[in-house]
Amino acid sequence: MRDVYIIGIGQTKYGEHWEKSLRALVVEAGLKAIEDANIYSKEIQAIFGGNMSAGSTIYQDNIGSLISDFSGLSVNRIPAMRIENGSASGGAAVHAGFVSVASGFYDTVLVGGVEKLTDVSMEDQAEIVSGEVDQEWELFNGGTLAGLQALMARRYMHEYGAKREEIAMLPVLSHEHGSENPYAHFRNRIKVEDVINATMVADPLTMLDMAPASDGAAVLILASEEKVRQIKPEVKIKISGSAMSSDFMSLQSRENLLELKAVRDSTEKALKMSKSDIKRVKIVETHDSSSIMGLLILEEIGLFPKGKAGKYLEEGYGHKDSRVAINTSGGLKAKGHPMGATGIGQIVESVIQLRGKAEKRQVHNADMALAINVAGTGSASISHVLEVV
Amino acid sequence: MTIPRYWREFQHRYRLIGTKCPKCGRIYFPPREVCPYCHRESIGKMQKVEIKNTGKVYSYTVIHQDVPDFKFLKPYLFIIAEMDSGVKVSGQLVDVSPEDVRIGMPVRISFRRIREEDRAGIIEYGYKFIPDE
Amino acid sequence: MVGIVSYGSYIPRWRIKVEEIARVWGEDAEDIKSGLFIYSKSVPGPDEDTATISVEALRNAMNRKSVKDVGAVYVGSESHPYAVKPTSTIVAEAMGFTPEITAADYEFACKAGTAAMQSVMGMVESGMIKNGIAIGADTSQGAPGDALEYSAAAGGTAFIIGNDNTIADIKRTYSVTTDTPDFWRREGQDYPRHGGRFTGEPAYFRHVTSVAKKIMELMGTKPEDYTYAVFHQPNGKFPTRAARMLGFKESQIKQGLIVPYIGNTYSGSMITGLSAILDIAKPEDRILAVSFGSGAGSDGFHIEITKNMEDYRRENAKAVWKQIESGKYIDYAIYTKFKKKIKMGD
Repeated sequence: MRDVYIIGIGQTKYGEHWEKSLRALVVEAGLKAIEDANIYSKEIQAIFGGNMSAGSTIYQDNIGSLISDFSGLSVNRIPAMRIENGSASGGAAVHAGFVSVASGFYDTVLVGGVEKLTDVSMEDQAEIVSGEVDQEWELFNGGTLAGLQALMARRYMHEYGAKREEIAMLPVLSHEHGSENPYAHFRNRIKVEDVINATMVADPLTMLDMAPASDGAAVLILASEEKVRQIKPEVKIKISGSAMSSDFMSLQSRENLLELKAVRDSTEKALKMSKSDIKRVKIVETHDSSSIMGLLILEEIGLFPKGKAGKYLEEGYGHKDSRVAINTSGGLKAKGHPMGATGIGQIVESVIQLRGKAEKRQVHNADMALAINVAGTGSASISHVLEVV
Repeated sequence: MTIPRYWREFQHRYRLIGTKCPKCGRIYFPPREVCPYCHRESIGKMQKVEIKNTGKVYSYTVIHQDVPDFKFLKPYLFIIAEMDSGVKVSGQLVDVSPEDVRIGMPVRISFRRIREEDRAGIIEYGYKFIPDE
Repeated sequence: MVGIVSYGSYIPRWRIKVEEIARVWGEDAEDIKSGLFIYSKSVPGPDEDTATISVEALRNAMNRKSVKDVGAVYVGSESHPYAVKPTSTIVAEAMGFTPEITAADYEFACKAGTAAMQSVMGMVESGMIKNGIAIGADTSQGAPGDALEYSAAAGGTAFIIGNDNTIADIKRTYSVTTDTPDFWRREGQDYPRHGGRFTGEPAYFRHVTSVAKKIMELMGTKPEDYTYAVFHQPNGKFPTRAARMLGFKESQIKQGLIVPYIGNTYSGSMITGLSAILDIAKPEDRILAVSFGSGAGSDGFHIEITKNMEDYRRENAKAVWKQIESGKYIDYAIYTKFKKKIKMGD
């Protein structure tokens, strides 16, 4: 297996892009990434596109071809395919791109993710983002994604005696970091009481526990050692671990609602591949599609003891100046959650940090980052470990 | 949901029919064709089982979202119940106020309308939970 | 002898008080309560209809006694969920009876349930089937502001009828049928209309009392030979007066008189009253039961409780009065939402 590096990154601001279409968003991020990599479009040998819901939001399938065409790459006849894994589509696309380079098949690939949610009504959005839960056995009965995550939150409070305030700590932290990220959907700071008193979505989770529905795109250019030698980037960033795992699709099928077995497995594998462990990681991007998901992930990867993540955050852990910085991008909560782009955007942020270009939100001596991208209530998880080498 | 898609799951939804692995004895709901633990040894041998209709609230929430199919029910209770046979089943909990719901509360299955295409469309029935008093 | 092998009822959880309906329409609640002898009525949840009520009633019957060999299922109602598409098939699927069973829906004003009972009795006695199911259930409609709105309620009862192991033998049934048009609903109309006071003397009382008298004549019985009597209950006044006209005492009709608290459940009305009686009846008790349907007629039944009642697991389902007591009150606004009376935007 060959080493795989990230040589280019690009992203749009996340949020409501009334004037931009799905294709416009992904092209904007793609061109930035190609420019950032300092390569020519024709050097790209394949495209892996992450997208969850274009078939439902804008009735557009065949997203691979769309990205290839409007990035101006279809005339090069390169392969372009869409990867779909719900909210984890982006991370899955990165994993696919990683495998394609690591295997030796390609030297330079573009991994891009995009989502366009503001072209549908709010009511339809709720159903579309719930498209990643089991339609026959969860959503049919009214079990929305938020509702199912609320079941996890209730159980979390019940089993661990965790307080509602503790769960609210992650959105507070995400917003604090997001306020310094010019690409974030929301740049306001919030307090614990704002989270608790916000409009109820699925008791006990409120609007401010939940990631927003954002438009946005994020793109990475992955390259082999050979290619990197040729380009000579200022900071050499390696994907030292990439792993994807799956779990039961519906929440009711799991023995323990509070165990994210896919997250544990993918993270253990990715860390093992990078010959590292969680203690060495300086930056973690957790998948806070809701506060509770974000916290359960942090506990599952061994960063905090079970049931205690919120308490640790209350003590200042997770802040960019603490031993491990969490969601410096603003996370899904503040940076935003354009599903297909989300997992790729987490890695874009990690690269910005590892390059030392995160300005006000820069983490000191950032040399290793971990990004975790999850689908639904934990049915799929992709973990990536990035290192400066 | 199209008619055939709803129709083919009638039996499972109307009578809470899951499957049981004859090898390890695990019961699954929703039904599945292969036991994730016994794999090949279970293929073609999974047995249909009617899941006993009583259980206890394992976790609950009140959903306040605007879900078009559940407009008349908003806000509605949604739970995961641990059934007496050990299998977990999620679904709505009705005929009870949210403030009276507790983890561990006994519930049982009730036959209810779940959704309808529209006022002229097919009515989709299935299971919901009610308090078991 | 043919009779009831098991029985079960289902009454939706929700109730609305006469005061609440009267408040909206500017009526005098006390007047209505004393005039109709109704205090509240049951309201189906937004996810309930005749099919769901039928299934729940039948499951209660099956919980009391699991009957294997079922050859027919008939559902009588005037509020089938579909104008075209049967209810009894939904019930049969939900019970796992399909496909080897015969089924049909009955619609025969408020006595569709007892019409179904008679059909099943005939099939059992002829040897065509071993056991059959007769259900009467309704989610009845009353036009907003109409007198019917105070009584039109929801509920139903299921009987498993067979020859063996009966808990109650049906020793005699007798019917009168006439076209006395005191109540109707035209195709495509949301609400029924009625003939006002015409529904009393020439319709309800004439049919109910003539059938009750004929049954007693055929059986050689007198009112005092019955432990209980139950009549169709469009309101509390009518069955009470019919009982008095026939010479029954209040103590004989009290147990089966459920209408003051849950209203008129139409096809489920008399039979749910009968179900309440079966909840407490002892071997050798005799019951006179008479249904009535507008523009239909009356069916009468002479029923005797058997020794099998002693081992029968009545406690495996909630008794009718227990269900009546566990009601929860809603206001008129929620009632109109539950009953989908609000005109929605597209």
